[in-house]
Amino acid sequence: MQYLIDNFFALTITGVTLGAVYALVALGYTLVYGVLRLINFAHSEVFMFGTFAALWVVMLLGGKGGASVGQVVFWVAMMFLAAMAMSGLIAILLERVAYRPLRKRHAPPLIALISAIGASFVLSETMGLRGKIAVWVGLDTTLAPYVGNARNNAGMPEIITPQPVFTIRDYAVTNVDIFVIIGAVAIMVLLDQFVKRSRLGRGIRAVAQDPESAALMGVNRDRVIQVTFLVGGVMAGAAAVFYMLKIGITRYDAGFILGVKAFTAAVLGGIGNLRGALLGGFVLGLAENYGSALVGTQWKDVVAFLLLVVILLFRPTGLLGESLGKARA
Amino acid sequence: MSPATALLDRARAMPKPAKIVLWALFGVFLFALPLLNLPLISTPGADFGGVLFTVATYVLVALGLNIVVGYAGLLDLGYVGFYAVGAYTVGVLGSQHGSVPWLWAVPVAVVAALVSGVLLGAPTLRVRGDYLAIVTLGFGEIVRLTLVNSQWLGGAQGISNIPRPPGAELFDVPSIDWSTGAPIIDLGNTTTFLKFGITDQIPYYWLALAVILLVILFDHLVKSSRVGRAWEATREDEDAAELMGVPTFRFKLLAFALGACIGGLSGALFAGKAGFISPDSFQLLLSILFVAAVVVGGQGNRWGVILGAIVVSYFPERFREFADFRVLVFGLALMVLAVFRPQGLIPPRRAVRAKKVDERLDALEEGEARV
Repeated sequence: MQYLIDNFFALTITGVTLGAVYALVALGYTLVYGVLRLINFAHSEVFMFGTFAALWVVMLLGGKGGASVGQVVFWVAMMFLAAMAMSGLIAILLERVAYRPLRKRHAPPLIALISAIGASFVLSETMGLRGKIAVWVGLDTTLAPYVGNARNNAGMPEIITPQPVFTIRDYAVTNVDIFVIIGAVAIMVLLDQFVKRSRLGRGIRAVAQDPESAALMGVNRDRVIQVTFLVGGVMAGAAAVFYMLKIGITRYDAGFILGVKAFTAAVLGGIGNLRGALLGGFVLGLAENYGSALVGTQWKDVVAFLLLVVILLFRPTGLLGESLGKARA
Repeated sequence: MSPATALLDRARAMPKPAKIVLWALFGVFLFALPLLNLPLISTPGADFGGVLFTVATYVLVALGLNIVVGYAGLLDLGYVGFYAVGAYTVGVLGSQHGSVPWLWAVPVAVVAALVSGVLLGAPTLRVRGDYLAIVTLGFGEIVRLTLVNSQWLGGAQGISNIPRPPGAELFDVPSIDWSTGAPIIDLGNTTTFLKFGITDQIPYYWLALAVILLVILFDHLVKSSRVGRAWEATREDEDAAELMGVPTFRFKLLAFALGACIGGLSGALFAGKAGFISPDSFQLLLSILFVAAVVVGGQGNRWGVILGAIVVSYFPERFREFADFRVLVFGLALMVLAVFRPQGLIPPRRAVRAKKVDERLDALEEGEARV
């Protein structure tokens, strides 16, 4: 208890940073669930590919610590571009290969989960075997730094050196923390406005509300679904950049646990509800940190899941309820 | 009609005594399987008896999970939790904090799994389908993390010296050697009947197979009883079932508890064979593989889920040559299966009928059948 009180602000800031990443990934789950009513199990791999894209682009541009402001801004911009493009691409590919054929055949809903699990294995193993695949196409020597040690952690140079900006009661809030929190919230506000105001956003809401009526009103359902996957993927790409800036280490199976957490966050806030995902992410990030301070770090994940169970008991549709379709029109 | 269904129809039309004889022969074949060492089927990269035991535990787990997912329609992504409860009950009672023999520990393990199933189900079964999936997934992780973090339960090192099933050394059974291309009875490589040792895994397979037969019988009785019908009604339309006077919550809880029991039983078998368990044996991934087995095989059809369990557990062992690419190929196989057999490898007859009716209605509405 004393530990929690002494480190309250440190725990809060790290919790919010972590929560921002959860929330961004959770948006992908929530969007797809809202439109298709299915758990996109492979979304975690979409995120994982984003982390690698961010890492590779920094390696390609020769990023390193202690560079000038202009360079850092350029690197980070390129990271966003690469990660969002990669994740968006993978998400669209996923929809094409793993979900669309099932939809055309009117498969039972659970089978989509199996297809998603399969896709998840394929994606994470492709990344984990990238060294071997590069040997096949004869690029293993040219690409050695990118594909070597494919099954181990890949670390990124610290391109933004964490520097304390201001302190709250002994805890120095760094520029990385501030960047991650503000950046994530800004992106989420953008998404919220997109779904609320744009034509495509209206299509997404229409399909989420009632797919058949939407189709009758001239909404192209397949296209809306594709856009939904793309938007979810781009959000995961943004999350990947923040993750790499803050944590800096990724691996071919790094997506799995984060995906489970993000999905938990989505359910916590009310799946299908965009603001719910945001709230769920932050609540989960904070609860994990406070909880681990209270009962020990090794119980961190237990705290997260227990919190979920308790909240679902009292609010069976999550904190804010489910409502991508019913979102304020 | 495809040749396979034609063959099935002919088999169904056979007189009952002939059916019984055929089933009995098939049973004998299953028991003799590890001794036959059939080429193509046996696993060059791993001990065949051990692989068969693994397959048998998967089959058992899939049968249990089928009650939950297939009959009652509840998506359980944390089934490995019950498996772990069963295994750890045997471990704790038999080695860590006592010296209870295996045979006495098993009933306790089953009851412990049952209790954990009720404890998890009672508060959570009221939430809707997809939420249940994440709650159960959380349960599986909580169990595993508790095992890792609790020194009383052996911590990350796990529990060793778990008692083995009681056995007797009655007689030796020879196996068959195919190395020359023709079957030769190999007297040098024998299995002692019911000696539960360390090196020879075959007796464990026999034990597991016997348990599977019992569970299938039980499954058959429950499925065709009032309880089975109540599950079916609940799965198809919960509100309608409730209106017709089916206490859906109670039946869902029952499905959950029975499924947990069978999960615990397979965990206890696993602990008795392995002699050593650690939290690593109960990864979240295993839960997902279990669900994959049930859905790939055809949820709701017990023969289907048995086939699914065999596919999920056997093929990765058989194709060890592709060691590195196993998981990749497995993932691809799941995707292909999902597209081409969306109802599972062997769907329940009812689902097939329903699909046909659907297609006929479509044809009536639109003038042509959907492909």
